[in-house]
Amino acid sequence: MVSPILELKDISKSFGHVQANKNINLSINKGTIHGIIGENGAGKSTLMSIVYGLYQADSGTISINGKKINLKSPKDSITNGIGMVHQHFMLVENFTVLENIILGFEDELVFGKNLEKAKKNLKDLCDTYKLNIDLNSTISDLSVGFRQRVEILKSLYRGAEILILDEPTGVLTPQEVDELFKILRSLKDEGKTIVLITHKLIEIMDLTSEVSVMRQGEMVGNTKTKETNKEQLAEMMVGRSVLLRLHKSDAKRGEEVFRVKNLTVKDDLDVTRVKNVNLEIHAGEILGLAGVTGNGQTELLEALSGIRKVESGEIYLNDSIISDSQNFLNPRELKEKGLAHVPEDRQRMGLVTDFKAYENLIFGYHDQKPFSKSSILNHTDILSHSKKIMKEYDVRPQSPNLITSNFSGGNQQKIILSRELNENPKVLLVGQPTRGVDIGAIEFIHQRLIDMRDKGVAILLVSVELDEVLSLSDRIVVMFDGNIVGKKENKNVTDRELGLLMAGVV
Amino acid sequence: MATLVDKSKVPWWVSNLIVPFVNLTLALIVSGLFIFIAGENPFEAVKLIIYGSFGYIEGFAYTLYYTTNFVFTGLAFAVAFHCRLFNIGGEGQAYIGGLGVFLVAINFSFLPVPIVWLLSIAGAIVFGAAWAFIPAYLQATRGSHVVITTIMFNFIAASLMVFLLVDVIRDTAQMGPHTVAIPEEQFFPNFKDFAALFGMKIRYSPLNISFLLAIVASFFVWFLVWKTRWGYEMRAVGHNTQAAIYAGISPYKNIIIAMCVSGGLAGLLGVNEILGVHHKIVAGFPAGYGFTGIAVALMGRNHPIGIFPAAFLFGILYQGGSEVTFDMPNITRYMFVAVQGLIILFSGALENLFRPQIESFFVNKLNREIKA
Repeated sequence: MVSPILELKDISKSFGHVQANKNINLSINKGTIHGIIGENGAGKSTLMSIVYGLYQADSGTISINGKKINLKSPKDSITNGIGMVHQHFMLVENFTVLENIILGFEDELVFGKNLEKAKKNLKDLCDTYKLNIDLNSTISDLSVGFRQRVEILKSLYRGAEILILDEPTGVLTPQEVDELFKILRSLKDEGKTIVLITHKLIEIMDLTSEVSVMRQGEMVGNTKTKETNKEQLAEMMVGRSVLLRLHKSDAKRGEEVFRVKNLTVKDDLDVTRVKNVNLEIHAGEILGLAGVTGNGQTELLEALSGIRKVESGEIYLNDSIISDSQNFLNPRELKEKGLAHVPEDRQRMGLVTDFKAYENLIFGYHDQKPFSKSSILNHTDILSHSKKIMKEYDVRPQSPNLITSNFSGGNQQKIILSRELNENPKVLLVGQPTRGVDIGAIEFIHQRLIDMRDKGVAILLVSVELDEVLSLSDRIVVMFDGNIVGKKENKNVTDRELGLLMAGVV
Repeated sequence: MATLVDKSKVPWWVSNLIVPFVNLTLALIVSGLFIFIAGENPFEAVKLIIYGSFGYIEGFAYTLYYTTNFVFTGLAFAVAFHCRLFNIGGEGQAYIGGLGVFLVAINFSFLPVPIVWLLSIAGAIVFGAAWAFIPAYLQATRGSHVVITTIMFNFIAASLMVFLLVDVIRDTAQMGPHTVAIPEEQFFPNFKDFAALFGMKIRYSPLNISFLLAIVASFFVWFLVWKTRWGYEMRAVGHNTQAAIYAGISPYKNIIIAMCVSGGLAGLLGVNEILGVHHKIVAGFPAGYGFTGIAVALMGRNHPIGIFPAAFLFGILYQGGSEVTFDMPNITRYMFVAVQGLIILFSGALENLFRPQIESFFVNKLNREIKA
């Protein structure tokens, strides 16, 4: 019988009157990889923040090795052997690996003997767990995968026995994920305990020995991973059965409606981010654009939707130029021509979160009839339109007068989608349609996109979720460092193949 | 960690009535302490304020006259603020607006009086807007922050007006830095004239029909900001410029529109002061109304429905305060500047001092009631 190294009893935590955690019980065995899975907003991150000492629980107890402990700050949890790797890394970019790791634990005024000792310790750790990090390299020179390893090393150096990883694979390529999993397995083999927070079922099945499922602040299931399967876990997460495979017929590809020719785009810092890109999209197909974040997808999408200036090359909609280096149509004119755009970052770009829902439901179309007549907004028509469309897209709650920031991520995304899809576009540009959206809404959004395709809309899907690109697209292009490095029909393509392209290996 | 309150669950009257009321009460308590330290009875002072601003008809008329000015400058600040522009140049825009009123009134005196009035109001708006246009243009094209440029433009306006009043448009028949008076038939009818119509004989007070213009302006601002496409676009740019660009809304255009509307509203202060009160340009006539307008707008939560009572409150303080300084030798005029300062401090800068506690108190109370 293995004894639990970490035990949570009746943990509750509320923010105002929103209860993020309700009487959570959890015990994690030493030397295992324990998965915690749940939708966005299920309370996983809050729970782990309590374990890491960032928040204090309203009630309940935390014990380590059977001894009750009181965690007031991350410092307390570090002394108790708990380390955490956050979703967003906490590293000083212009410091070296070594400097980052000893930050806050310098021990001496003038670096000397202790620093040498630290170096030796770190080298040993790197060797034991095959981390393969050069301690003297600067963080800004390291890839995302390596930065994550630095975070892991930092926790280990501080004596972590329990390592919590919050959504560790969100920013990694498939190859980097493999490397990470290797490291995590070797950590487990050396007797460390790992808590993996994720919403990806496949990672749970791959890596963990036990899994706990959270839903709406409650712990709804605890089981051994080998005694369950993906479908069962998904059902527990959502509280109902979920379609994991999409019903999708073959595309009925029509004429070419959108063409990008030799497109080059620079970002705000005058760095060329899109390099001589050529693309064409036909009516009735979904073209998937895969790539690791930051390889020019954002700038490409902005240029195609008229937000960003084109450096050279042309963009055609129905054989007429809509944008080149000399002149370009602004987003509103493009919308009138039938080009809709669901932006990558809904809160930064797609919505005015301080606006009421109905104001966002006409955003970008607000000067068109019947919403606006001789510049005066027609609130009666706007409200009845909003109610109709919110019902059709199942936006919850269905209150057009509610301030948009009070809707969940999935419902905010539905507000944008309903707005953009409702105008019957000819071309639809979609960026990260399901980022931060819960499983139930993902299913809905994917189905809508397929319906649009079947209606003959030409769709460009930009996503960093490889699964999404693979399950929705008819053709796939891969972007790396501003270039299109691969074009494939989506038949028998594997995520391995795409992953190698995404990493710029081939 | 401070408790987070779900904003959507806070009843509107808590954030819009109770919180300002608590802040105001605190400001008054601290002010009372000051008056006590100065050697006077704070309760007597309150009595005097109330008597001065409500106790007799002329006093009340004065209160409403001050209210008029604060409504104009408060609305001016609020409109720009909806586009997230901190226009603290109301003072200068009002000053230049006054120049517009005067130039129209003096040069178009051959026209029928009501037309001169309308043209003068237009003059105030155009001149005020023009003075706001320059900082707006610099903000929109160069990113020069309006906080810096508008405050500079207050000084430039003041210097420009002194130059004009000394060297160009001074009434050469006398020595003071002011112009000749506009023709008497163009004077706005004031409260005394109205009272006389009904057979009431009261003493002079500066309250005039500009007060009605303030009501019209409030309605206009409400309509512009919440009922038109322009207001919608201005707010979109103010809340999220990136999103505005995505929706094809030009930040450039909207920054300029918002600032010009703001400047035009501030310019209306010149209508009250010149057509209604002085009947000529007097050096320094905006007298700080432009700055107090910022506090009025903040306290009124940038909504005309809030700005009107906030302006009225400041009207009471101005009028009642002058009553106090008459009767209490230890309280100087500057004391009341300090009181105004405290109100600005508590309802502006420290606006959120007690907001979280008050809001969570009421939210928890409501929750208990729902459970019970």
